[in-house]
Amino acid sequence: MRIQFEKRTDRNRLSGFLIPVLSFFLAILFSALILLFFDINPIQAYSVMVKGSLGSTYALSETLVKAIPLMLTGLGVSIAFHMHFWNIGAEGQLAMGGIAAAYVALFLKDAIPSSLLLPAMFLAGGLAGAVWGLIPAGLKSSIGVNEILTTLMMNYIATLLVEYLYLGPWRDPKGFGFPGTAQFVQAAWLPRLTGRVHYGIFFALAAAVLLWFLLSRTKRGYEIRLIGENPKAARYAGINITKNIILVMLISGGLSGLAGMAEVSGIAHRLYMGLTVGYGYTAIIIAWLANLNPWAILVVAFLMGALLVGGDQLQIAMQTPAAVASILQGAILFFMLGGSIFNTYKITITRTRSKKQGENAHE
Amino acid sequence: MKTSKELAVQMRGISKHFPGILANDGIDLDVYSHEILALLGENGAGKTTLMNILAGLYKPDGGQIFLKGREVEFHSPKDAIEHGIGMVHQHFMLVESLTVTENIILSLQRSGMNLHANQVKQRILELSSQYHLLVDPDASIWQLSVGEQQRVEIMRLLYRGAETLILDEPTAVLTPEEATDLAKILRKMADEGKAVILITHKLNEVTAFSDRVTVLRAGHVVSNLLTKETTKKELARLMVGRDILFHLEKKKCKAGNPVLQLEHVHATNDKGLPALVDVNLQICAGEILGVAGVAGNGQRELAEAIAGLRHIDQGKISANGQDITNSSPFKVISAGISHVPGDRIGVGLASNLPVSDNLVMKAYRNPPIVQGQLVKKKSIVQFVDRLINAFNIKTPSSDTPARLLSGGNQQRLILAREITASQGMLIAVYPSRGLDVGATESVRSTLLEQREKGSAILLISEDLEEINQLSDRVIVMYEGKIMGTVDPETTPLETIGLMMAGQPLSAIEKHGKVEQSA
Repeated sequence: MRIQFEKRTDRNRLSGFLIPVLSFFLAILFSALILLFFDINPIQAYSVMVKGSLGSTYALSETLVKAIPLMLTGLGVSIAFHMHFWNIGAEGQLAMGGIAAAYVALFLKDAIPSSLLLPAMFLAGGLAGAVWGLIPAGLKSSIGVNEILTTLMMNYIATLLVEYLYLGPWRDPKGFGFPGTAQFVQAAWLPRLTGRVHYGIFFALAAAVLLWFLLSRTKRGYEIRLIGENPKAARYAGINITKNIILVMLISGGLSGLAGMAEVSGIAHRLYMGLTVGYGYTAIIIAWLANLNPWAILVVAFLMGALLVGGDQLQIAMQTPAAVASILQGAILFFMLGGSIFNTYKITITRTRSKKQGENAHE
Repeated sequence: MKTSKELAVQMRGISKHFPGILANDGIDLDVYSHEILALLGENGAGKTTLMNILAGLYKPDGGQIFLKGREVEFHSPKDAIEHGIGMVHQHFMLVESLTVTENIILSLQRSGMNLHANQVKQRILELSSQYHLLVDPDASIWQLSVGEQQRVEIMRLLYRGAETLILDEPTAVLTPEEATDLAKILRKMADEGKAVILITHKLNEVTAFSDRVTVLRAGHVVSNLLTKETTKKELARLMVGRDILFHLEKKKCKAGNPVLQLEHVHATNDKGLPALVDVNLQICAGEILGVAGVAGNGQRELAEAIAGLRHIDQGKISANGQDITNSSPFKVISAGISHVPGDRIGVGLASNLPVSDNLVMKAYRNPPIVQGQLVKKKSIVQFVDRLINAFNIKTPSSDTPARLLSGGNQQRLILAREITASQGMLIAVYPSRGLDVGATESVRSTLLEQREKGSAILLISEDLEEINQLSDRVIVMYEGKIMGTVDPETTPLETIGLMMAGQPLSAIEKHGKVEQSA
């Protein structure tokens, strides 16, 4: 018997839907085995996770709280990925957005009328993320520096800068030694809808609409896709590649910067250690699982949020190690990406005749 | 030629299905030792599929393969080569940074402990002299020309004891001289008792290289012939299924005003070496200027310099009186110059994107495709459908990725786009390279049609027949310089050949080597 991979030439709607669903369930099954290994009842564990992340208004709102930064950063990296510009610096761009917004809230609060404080933070956050994205873009388009390295390295600069600021010069003097800046004045708080769900959700929804429109309805969107697929053809077609790289990274970094602004202004109301917890890396996974589709990114980010919240609940309710949630996340990613192979390839199994038969037939 | 021909391979009733296509439908093929067999057919006739089956790369859905009368079944190319069948693919599979000897050791797939590089090298040299296959065993692959790399591929098969050698369109990547050398090598291999199969769609190659020819069309064998008993015309008819116009109708050129002008242009190639040296030319409306020359003598750089894709160091380029020296590609496009690039897949297409996206690559910035910044989907559909019909592009739908089209249809797609975007100027680089007879004919008549509509066309080609057939004037390039301008109708091929080899026209005329009959 022989098993062969063959490239699909047609796209099957049904398998396009079934493959991710099946992959998900396989991941759940696989993780169940791991849970058993830890002496945890998988059914009980899963029900804790589902209840804890989706089972009540409070649970849902907490899931949304996690989903907001994931949506914004996921959308942010996706537009760069459309152009095959590998921006893995969403984490750093988010951090810079948070720093800039915090600076406005802490140090310009008396210079800016309180009604304009939030818009100023919004602008500062977006701009800081955009500038952080602009540096690798400029290096790439002027002297060809690999963006994967620069965006990654700049993450460390930004996240360590956050730490330096809230532990050092910006530390709250009345904070009893807690790491973090002083709380912002109320005018710098992003309004909330319910629970801790803040207006950042609207930033995310608006960003999805804008990205969808840009990519599928405008001239610029066509250019971005063409550059992603074949930069030589794009240049030949008269497209200015440098200009597009700069523009795309301004948007990409800007969206992640907004995620940082929304985090400090909507959740903690201060710059603190909870800002850089890896949203920017999870965003990369989200963008791929969603196949770079803006609507799908919203959905996948929500599910990822649920997974994060569910993992926390699991830890609290069943005293599981913190790593269990990460294992689950990893398993899901592994199976989903592995499964996506079957969207481009199909497996054929052929039976081979034994050599003997073949020889007898002709002698 | 005294030979003791022996049946080397028999394929019986071979069938192979691909989604949507029956690539091979019950094919019978006989291959003899001491013989060069040409497997002739248009692109998509099933030649490569059939040979991939013989080389163990594909498994047939049905049918049998016999080697010297015994049935065999191959599960991998390794399996096939162990039975003495090997194939040289169009894209070479060599490790660039390793030497010839190292590449051959690598392909032996045995533990390196038993192999002494010196022994391998010795054997390479033996084979090299036996088959007149000149290969330097110590050269690194990246240092070798394409023709030399091909010889390494052949060497690798011989080293592994191949008795039947399959070559897939071997001359597509070669210069005319290298092709002649290859013909000698193949003949030598046949004389030494090997069976050689040549996949091709070029009639010249069939007549120049082969002893016997099997013609495939749409997955069937349509004929088995002895090469000396057939003609190009008959082969073409068998291959395409209808008569082919070898002589295209060409009206007398009524050249208008000069449209494109190059004055004293100097430029360097990617390695920084001079590629264009003091190039002067002009093309008038309604005229085709052919550029002949062995590949790599500055033709590519010439096209790129005009298209704004290559910086020029000196000189001036103007289109319709407008200075476009070192302009961006966008400015050149706006000046009305279209460009059919030599590298179809690498430059001319975004092959993963659908046909529609590829067709609007030039038109996307103008109304009615866009209004302001917004793309109008309806206008795109209309535009794309119009081009698909007008240029007879065969595609399942406008959403099909361009890479799934045949070479001929990809080229029609590019031509459709470029001609539609053109405002009186077209640069066509190797427009029919790799295309079958039918597609070549259609590309050439399209170019002539544009000429009659008053386009100024720069035609760069390695195919002298094509240049002579289409051009009103021919320039010959050698090491970046123009050797002279001639009239293709009155100039003997010999003169053009001498110019391609580096003799300026003035020198040829002075020595009176060739009489000019104009």
